[in-house]
Order: sequence, then C-alpha cells, then structure tokens
Amino acid sequence: MKARAGAPLLVSLLLTSGCAVSYQSGLDPAGTQAARITELWWFFIALLGSIFIIVMAMTVWPLFHRHRGINQEPLEQRHSPSAATERKLTRVVAAATGATILILLALIVLSVITGRATAGNQVTGNHLVVEVTGNQWWWAVRYMNDDPTRILVTANEIHVPVGRRILIRGMSQDVIHSFWIPNLQGKRDLIPSRITTEWFEADKPGRYRGQCAEFCGLQHAHMAMWVVAEPPAEFEAWMAHQLDRAPAPSDPVTQRGQEVFLGHACVLCHAIRGTPAAGQVGPDLTHLASRISIAAGTLPNTKGNLAGWIADPQTIKPGNHMATVPVDSEDMQPLLNYLESLK
Amino acid sequence: MSSRSLSSATAAMCALALFACQPEKQQLRPAPAQVAVFGDAARESDIQPGGRESQPQVTNPFHGEADAISQGQRLFSWYNCTGCHANGGGAIGPPLIKMEWIYGEEPSNLFDTIVKGRPNGMPAWGGRIPEYQIWQLVAYIRSLNGLEPQSATPKRQDHIEATTETRP
Repeated sequence: MKARAGAPLLVSLLLTSGCAVSYQSGLDPAGTQAARITELWWFFIALLGSIFIIVMAMTVWPLFHRHRGINQEPLEQRHSPSAATERKLTRVVAAATGATILILLALIVLSVITGRATAGNQVTGNHLVVEVTGNQWWWAVRYMNDDPTRILVTANEIHVPVGRRILIRGMSQDVIHSFWIPNLQGKRDLIPSRITTEWFEADKPGRYRGQCAEFCGLQHAHMAMWVVAEPPAEFEAWMAHQLDRAPAPSDPVTQRGQEVFLGHACVLCHAIRGTPAAGQVGPDLTHLASRISIAAGTLPNTKGNLAGWIADPQTIKPGNHMATVPVDSEDMQPLLNYLESLK
Repeated sequence: MSSRSLSSATAAMCALALFACQPEKQQLRPAPAQVAVFGDAARESDIQPGGRESQPQVTNPFHGEADAISQGQRLFSWYNCTGCHANGGGAIGPPLIKMEWIYGEEPSNLFDTIVKGRPNGMPAWGGRIPEYQIWQLVAYIRSLNGLEPQSATPKRQDHIEATTETRP
C-alpha cells in the first residue's frame, strides 16, 4: 500500500487495512483533515513498529548466543561484572532511557501539531454550517442559513459539496454521543447542553459512513449515518429539492396513505413539511424516500424494510424510542406507498 | 458467635446479594395485547341500576415498574402534555400534583381521561397513542403523587413533585 511501510510491517498492514472497507476507513482519507491524521498514523506505526522489531530482536538474540557466564551454576557462584562492564551497562541503559523520552516527546509534539492543524478554527467565509444533534439513536441534521426559510432539517444523512469547508456544530439531546466520519475527520463528542465544533472538507466525491463513537446506550451500534460528498452543482440541486415541501399525494392510494399517517401515532413524533404533521421528536420524514438508509443506517431504505420497521421496530432495533404503532393490514400498503412517494 | 457460624452467615449474605436481588426486566417489545389502541375503557361509576355488581378491577399493567415510569416521563414531554400541564404543576391545564382529582385518581380514571379527553380543553388521545404508552403515562402521573411504589419512583426528580405532606 505504502512503500515506506516496508516489508516488516506487512503483517500489521494486512491486519489493519486488509479488512477495512473504504467507505468507513481512517486509512483511506477523502479530505484534508483525515489525510493529516492518516499521515500521523503511518508515521506512528512505522516508528513504533521498528522499535518493536528492534526490541524483539534484542530479546531473541541472547537466546542463541553463549554468554561467558553461562557455564556457571547460577545459585552457587557469584558473578559480578567488572567495573568496566558496569560502566558500559550504565551508559547503554541511560542512552536507551534518553532515547525513549525523546521519542515520546517527539510523538506528543507531532500529535499536538496534527491536532491543531485539523481541529483549529478554519473560518473561510464560504463555509457551510451544519448542526448535528445526537439522539438515542439517530442524528438530527440542520443546515443553517442566514435566510430562515432556507434552513433545512433532515436526519441521518449529510450531503456536502466537495471542496468547501464544513463546520459541524454538535449537540446532544440526551447522553454523550460522538460524531465520527473516519474518511473525513477525527471524532468529536456531542455533549448535552454544550456545543462542540468540528471542521472538515471532502476532497473527492463519494459516500462515507459515520458511526457514533461513544457508547450511548442499547442501540449505540445501530447509530450510523451517511455523508454524501458531491460536486457543488449536484449539492445545490439536492439542497433545493430538500427545501421543497413534500410532494402532495398524486393518486387515491397515496392519498389514503397520507390519511393513515396523519390518523395514527406517527404524526405525534414525525414532521412532514407541507402536511399538518409537525412532530419534533423523531426524524423529519419530508424526503424520506430520498435517503440511503432507515433507522440511522440500520437497514437499506427499501419498501420491505420500511414495512418491517413500522410493524415491529422493537425487534429490528430493541430499545429504540420508536413506538410500536398498530397499523391495520389494509392500511399498511397505502402508508408504505405514501412514504415511498416522499422522494 | 463462633467463626464457623460467622463465615457461613457471610457466605449466605453473599449468596443473597448475588441471587436474591434481580434487576427489573425491561420489556422492550410490547406484548400484542398492549399494542391494541383504545382498549375497553373502565366504568366511571360503580353505582348502577339493578344494584351493585362486582366488576373486574382495571389495573395498570405497568404498575410499579420503574422503567415504565421513566418512559412515561419521556412521553409526557414528547407528546407535549407539558404544553398545558407544565411539569405537573399546571398552567392552562390543571395541575397533576394535588390531593383532589377532578375525575378520579384511579389508573382507570386517568386512562379514560387520556383516551377520551375531558371538557374544556383536554384532547382525546385514543387511537393516536398506543395503549401501552397511555399506561406508561398513567404510571408516571401517579408517580408524581406518590401513588406508585416508592421502590419504582425516582428519588430525586429534575421537575417538581409532591412533597410528603401533600401526598395522601
């Protein structure tokens, strides 16, 4: 993968990058900040890997080389080294200790430099502010705008234009979560009643998966999100479409589906812009059908998965806060058609 | 006490500590019966023509469950009960921490109030909120008044709650 890693590191390479998938990997950076972190990581593994090999070699070497004192009976005869040997040993140990301290110091300095370069204030004037709020167990996303009518609310999916700085303003509704898109940036904790910030910039278009990185309860493992980096023109088109109200039902079946949605408990927690549904507890569903996944990255967004999720959310994601809402079987199909029409 | 009986007593204590106290099992998936919306509402009066009849007592399936009480608290704010009742102290709606109840303090009374609504502003939630969540709300509201077992009620609330003096 990288020439400087060298042959001795082949094993660790295979272990770390061999099984990593590129859409969620810190070793395959897609942004400036992640690239700095990756460089630091490779430097660490090269240096510390070499030290490990040297230490192991020095441990193994004496096993195969006779020492002149080895013929003695260990407990019966005393072997005290000569004064010259003693001085030599002292010098070697002192040098090794000094080297260790220097190396640790250098690593700390390098870490701090990388941390400052990736986490510092990077206002460019043209940056995009995205508010991310951690919930048990999904992500609320709000694109800020000076014009309040152009503030966009969505969930579990962040689209970003390539080559533009993004400022994440992180918050939490309940417990401490951690926002982490390995391909783009390091982790940032989302803490209740505090705002934490993080900058990143995507260099190449692609889909990157993020994952909550701070244990936050039963469904911590099912708290993922997607970041879609796309060319600026595509991003603007996406934004314009997402700002639209939900399309009105176009046929009697979806019309019935909307009635089912508004007549059941769905409406207490979810919002669909353009309808009376304005719940603020669960994810905004205005353009649900345009999303990659449902239930915060738990399932691909297909009609079948959606049906399973509505019918029995507690089996798919036990402990999550979506209520088990009884929907009659003849109402389910129209409801699904309606939700599928929310492109 | 001899050292042998002391050590056997200690062993018994340890065994008790290990096995006797079981944490409350959190029921994540509501049983089918609890999902049904708007179950049979309770009778609001035990006076009826033809003399008294014993009728089955309506009980809250979540009575005394700490997890249900905290779920109820979450729902109380999510479903905007706080919009009228504040955190139980009352605002444009009546307070829920009190000694006198307009429509009764029994779980069945509270269940009916939520399901059917009441005159002068209480909305009818029946058919909107799943039945198991209504029972969780009932457990929470009763816990504010010390009507749920103390072992299941949070000892220290962030919100106001009835003091021991006002508790019946």
